Order: sequence, then C-alpha cells, then structure tokens
Amino acid sequence: MPLYHNDDQAMLKDSVAPFVAEQAPVLHLRKLRDEADATGFSRDLWAQFTEMGLPGMLVPEAHGGLGMGHMEAGIVLEEIGRNLTPSPFLATSVGAVAALAKAGGTQAGRWLPAIASGEAIIALAIDEGAKHRPDRIATTATRAGNGFRLDGKKSFVLHGHVADMSIVAAKTDGGITLFAVPKDAKGVTADPRRLVDSSLASHVTLDGVEVDADAVIGEVDAGGEILDALLAATRTGAAAEMVGVGQGAMDMTVTYLKERKQFGKLIGEFQGLQHRAAHLYGEMEVARATVMKAQQLLDEGSEGAKLMVSVAKAKAGRAANLAVREGVQMHGGIGMTDEYDIGLYMKRDRALAEYMGDVHYHIDQVARMNGY
Amino acid sequence: MSDLDAFRAEVRAWLETNCPPEMREPVREEGDVCWGGRNWEFKNEAQKQWLEACVAKGYTVPDWPKPYGGAGLSPEETKVLKQEMKRINARSPLDSFGIWMLGPALLKFGTEEQKVHYLNPIARGEIRWCQGYSEPGSGSDLVSLQTFGEDKGDHWVVNGSKIWTSYADKADWIFCLVRTDKANKYQGITFMLFDMASKGVTTKPILLISGNSPFCETFFDDVEVPKTQYIGEINRGWDVAKYLLGHEREMISGGGAGGDMVSIGALFAKSLGKNDHGELDDPILRAEMAAFDVDVFAYRAMGERFMDMWKTGRAHPASSNMMKYVGTELNKRRHELVMSGGGSEALEWDSEETKGGARARGWLRTKANSIEGGTSEVMLNVIAKRILDLPGA
Repeated sequence: MPLYHNDDQAMLKDSVAPFVAEQAPVLHLRKLRDEADATGFSRDLWAQFTEMGLPGMLVPEAHGGLGMGHMEAGIVLEEIGRNLTPSPFLATSVGAVAALAKAGGTQAGRWLPAIASGEAIIALAIDEGAKHRPDRIATTATRAGNGFRLDGKKSFVLHGHVADMSIVAAKTDGGITLFAVPKDAKGVTADPRRLVDSSLASHVTLDGVEVDADAVIGEVDAGGEILDALLAATRTGAAAEMVGVGQGAMDMTVTYLKERKQFGKLIGEFQGLQHRAAHLYGEMEVARATVMKAQQLLDEGSEGAKLMVSVAKAKAGRAANLAVREGVQMHGGIGMTDEYDIGLYMKRDRALAEYMGDVHYHIDQVARMNGY
Repeated sequence: MSDLDAFRAEVRAWLETNCPPEMREPVREEGDVCWGGRNWEFKNEAQKQWLEACVAKGYTVPDWPKPYGGAGLSPEETKVLKQEMKRINARSPLDSFGIWMLGPALLKFGTEEQKVHYLNPIARGEIRWCQGYSEPGSGSDLVSLQTFGEDKGDHWVVNGSKIWTSYADKADWIFCLVRTDKANKYQGITFMLFDMASKGVTTKPILLISGNSPFCETFFDDVEVPKTQYIGEINRGWDVAKYLLGHEREMISGGGAGGDMVSIGALFAKSLGKNDHGELDDPILRAEMAAFDVDVFAYRAMGERFMDMWKTGRAHPASSNMMKYVGTELNKRRHELVMSGGGSEALEWDSEETKGGARARGWLRTKANSIEGGTSEVMLNVIAKRILDLPGA
C-alpha cells in the first residue's frame, strides 16, 4: 500500500475539506466560545456530520456504518484540526468505535448503530489524574448483585457531561474491565470544566455506581486488549487532528510572511524567517507521513502498529507544537491578540498534546518498546 | 510459484554459490569497500572473485539494460536481489560514483554511443570516476563556476581548479562542470568527461578532521578535452548537473537514516547499563535517545511516503531537498548520541577494540553531511522559495 491517499480517499478529502471549512471554520469555535455554550459543540453541526455519514465511518457495515479505516477517519480529523472544529468525532466515532468493534457482544450491538446514526455521543473515561497513566487505573469495579459496583474518579473526560454513554476503565480482580455506563446511571456526577481551548472536559465521580453484568464491554478482566485498541485509535486520531492544527497554523503563518511588511520589505524575504519556516515545513511533512503510517498499520492490523502509534503521537506533538509557537512568534504582537486566530491554534494544540499521552509519555513508550 | 518467487529462488541459489563467506562480513575499514578502477588492488581473492561473479551476471548494476553491462532487471526484481543480498549480509560488490551518479545521467542524457562506451567499464569496475563540481570560490553556488574551457575548434583547453573532489587522487576519469560561455551565467556551463591522466591534471588530498583524506583539490592547467567528451548539450550542462544532484541528495539522505538503523538506545544498553526497571542507567540520555528514535522511525515513514510519491510523480520536485535536510541533520544527531553513549571508549582514536577509532572518525565525518551536496542552509533556501513560495530578497 503506497503511503498517500488513493483515489477514493482523495475524493473523501475533496468532499470533507470544503464542508468543514464552510460549516465550521474558526468563527464557529469563536461563536460557541463567546456564547459560553454549555454543550461544548454544536448539535446542528453534528446532524450535518451525520447526513454525510461521518459519525459511523469506522462502524462496521453490519452495525450500520461505512466500515472504513483509520486512514479515512484521519482525513476528517485533519480538517477538524485545521478548522479548530469542536466535535465529539474523535472520542465517539474513533475511540469508542474502536473499543466497541473490538469487543463485540451486547454493548457493540447496542451502541455502534446509535453512533452510526448520529444519535449517541460517547465519552472515554480513562484518565484519573493530571497526566495520562492508563497502566495505573485505580477506579474499582466490584461484583455486586447481578452486576458490578463502580467507585472512583475520572478526569479529562471530553463530552463527559453530555455523553449518552461513557466507557469507563476500571480495575477488577483479575485485570482491567471496560464498562458501558449510561448517562442516567445513579451515582455518576460529571463536573464540566472549560479548558484553555474553550472545549469542555469533565471530572467524573463514580460513587457506588451500580451496573448490570451486561454493561461489560467484552469480557471481565480482559479489558486490556480492548483498552489498547481504544487508546491506539484515539491517539492516532489525536495525532491526525494535530497535523491539521499544525498545518492550519503553518499555512496562516506562511501567508502572513508574504503579506506583512517591516523595514520596507516583506518579512518573508528575511532569511532568518525563511529558514525557520522551511524547517517547520520539513517537520510537518515528516509528522504527516508518520501519522499516515500509523493509520495504515492500524488498518492492516499489523503488529508494528503500537510502536508507530506512539511515534506518531510524539512526532505530531512536536511538529504541531513547533507550528503554533512559530506561528505566534512570526505574527509578532498581533499573534498575541485574541482577535487573531493564531493564538486559538496554540490553545487547541496544547489540549490535543495532553490528550491520551503527551510527547514525553510516548517517547518513553518508544524506549520501552525498544527494550531500554 | 510466481515469476518473482522463481526469480528469488534463482537469486538465492546463485548467491549461495557465488558470494564468498568473507564478503558476508560487515565492512570494517576503507579497504573493505571495493571501488574498482585501473589502479585498484583487491584486498583479497574473495573481493576479486565476488566482483567478477557480479560483473558476469550484470549484478553490479542490476537495473541497467544488458547492452550497458547491467542485468536488465525490473524494479521488482532489483528489489528482490537487494533483499536477498541483505539477507546474507552480502557486501556491495562495487561502490562507485560512476554507478550512483554518472550512470543515471548518462542513461538519461547520453547518446547511444556514449552509453555503450562509458557505461560498460563502469559496470565492470574498470574505470573509477570522480566528480568535479565545487570550486574554491563556489561551493553550493555552482553558477559562479570559474573553471573555463576555451573553444579550440575540435577541443577545449580547460584551466581552473576544483575542490572537495572525492577520491580524485584515486580516480581514472572525472565528470566535470566547465564554463564554456562567460556571458551566460546559467547556460554557459558544459558537462565534460575526461581522463585524469591527461596532461595538466594534478591532485592534492586534503586532510580532514576525521584523520582521513577522502577529498582532494584538483588543478587543471591547459588540459585538452576533445569535443566528443561532453554529455547533453554544450552550454546546457546545468540540466545534467541538476539531475545528477538529485541522485546525490537521495544517496546522502538515504545514508542519513536508512539502512539498518536499529534503535539507538538498544545499542547502548550494554555500555550504559540498566537500572532495576530495565531502563538505561542515565535517564536524560535515555530520553534523548528515545526522542531520537521517534525521529528516526518518523523519518523512515517519510522516506517511504517520499519514494511512493516520487515514483508516481506526486512529490514536489524540491521535496528531495527537504529529505536531504532532515536526513542529514538526523544523522549528525545520531552520531552525537553515539559518542555520548560510547563514553570514553568512543574517544579512542587508534585502538584495535574501536576498529581504529571508527566511532570518533565516523562522528567527525558526519559533520560534512549537511555541507556536501548542498548545505542545510541552501536546502532551506530552496524549500522556502520553491515549496513555500516565499518572496526573494
């Protein structure tokens, strides 16, 4: 498989890119922010996403989806990133779908069609502290009555306060188990916080939450593999979105270099800035290739996918971070103003960089996977 | 069995018979690399035997057409051959600027007569070539070349000097950029070929910081070059040179992060030691090595994407400049880490254990990566102007 978009994928991009740019440009984010919107995204926009079949891209056809791959989902995520579009696409249509499709069973049968039809928003309740440490989950699930009792605290749960269902990772006697916790479950409280990028993420408290035995996603104690699938998909998706954020910031900046005059010259004529812009271009191209490679390996179900996913999250993190920092710096004073969009790119990048493991976490993973 | 599988089986059997065990050992020193040429002295019988076997089969240049000394293999077959050679760690039978650089230029720009005449000796390792591009006053800025060929009817008389001519002192012939029209900056350069034994050619090796002298200064004093010995069109040597530089950059950047680059942290587990958690016993160096590994894996993905796009005409023509820039900077970073990871052992300049200070010399050698074939700064200029379309000063 060549590492570029084939004709079908190019066609998908040709329809998604103008759609997102027209329906949800940066102005869309500003509007939600200025109105202090309590949902965190636009339901109307999600309905438009649904008309295009996007929420169910990764949902298997048997469950009413399009049965596409991570390469295709990445095309949507890149445009979401480029336009800073607030959307539940990453958590719901990528992370949750990967877990449910991997697990199969009752919960897959219940939720996958609902995701494909645009009816269900899903939250991923994995993290518990300030940093992403999925190997140290302390939330417990103990057997009670016909099912389980969940206790613990979750953090950085995107859409947690509005999600129809949350996938909760908890410790059981013999390992990790994932649970589908519905919105109205007793004992669940979601406390949404506005983040630096204007998105909403919740602190979720699980206080003696009782769920039936069939709330288990997959098998009891065997959630590790499903969690891995969820993490691989979400991390790769976040990396793809970061490539979009970085590309958007870089494009804005390069355009600015060609327009802004100082000392009687276009600032893009200065070699000091040209070299930094060219270096950034190289980093962005490498990051893009890396994310595509991770998507391809995930789609092939390759063993090398796990390593490349961490490489992609780390590399995209570094490149997009460079893009937004250079973006603000090269815009000069105007880059510090709220009126200009470049600062919004910096904010979104910061949130995505932290989501599902930051650069340092993934660099450490690469060292471990290489045996040192 | 598909044709390709059959070919693989055939190659495997052929290699088994023809590749001597000594040629399946890693290259340890300069003499292990076979460069060929009129004055080449084989290091041992195995090196000679391996070259001759490959020449007979066309395997020194497997993808060149048979009439020019190649084996006429398809790209897929060439890949299979390379894979099979790598599988047994076979050394390259012949390394040569003729193969890497002049050959592709001749195949594209040469006349049929020139192809037959020049390519066959290259394929057989009979003529060793060097490249005369840079001059003392013009490194990357090739349009400012001063070496001049005066038109004397049936020949030119060439005067001037070149610098950084790799292995000029060992080469038999040179392919050379010579100004033939002083009035036209870009279209006044001709791509000439001539014998280094010609009257008026002298060379002087330059001792480098690595302690080696792979490069020379080369002087031309009234050298007579027949009018038949040029490639492409007179005064249009720039076209040939640009094509060839593309190949050179690919080669340099390929060496940068391609090949069998294993994870660098894993390489130093022994010399650095590990803590109780099985991690390298220097957390900061471990972090730097892992960050470097991330960049290597990422660059490999880029290399794959670049080749896929290049082959199908999707790549921006200047993207080879980006590959060169990223790859060479990465290679320099690698060797800094190699020196850190090796500690005091890596400092040894001449001990037997360090194979004559191979790491220290290798580290110093890589500093040229971002200079030769166009500096990193020139690569960044090209990206800024041709890809990002930033305004000229």
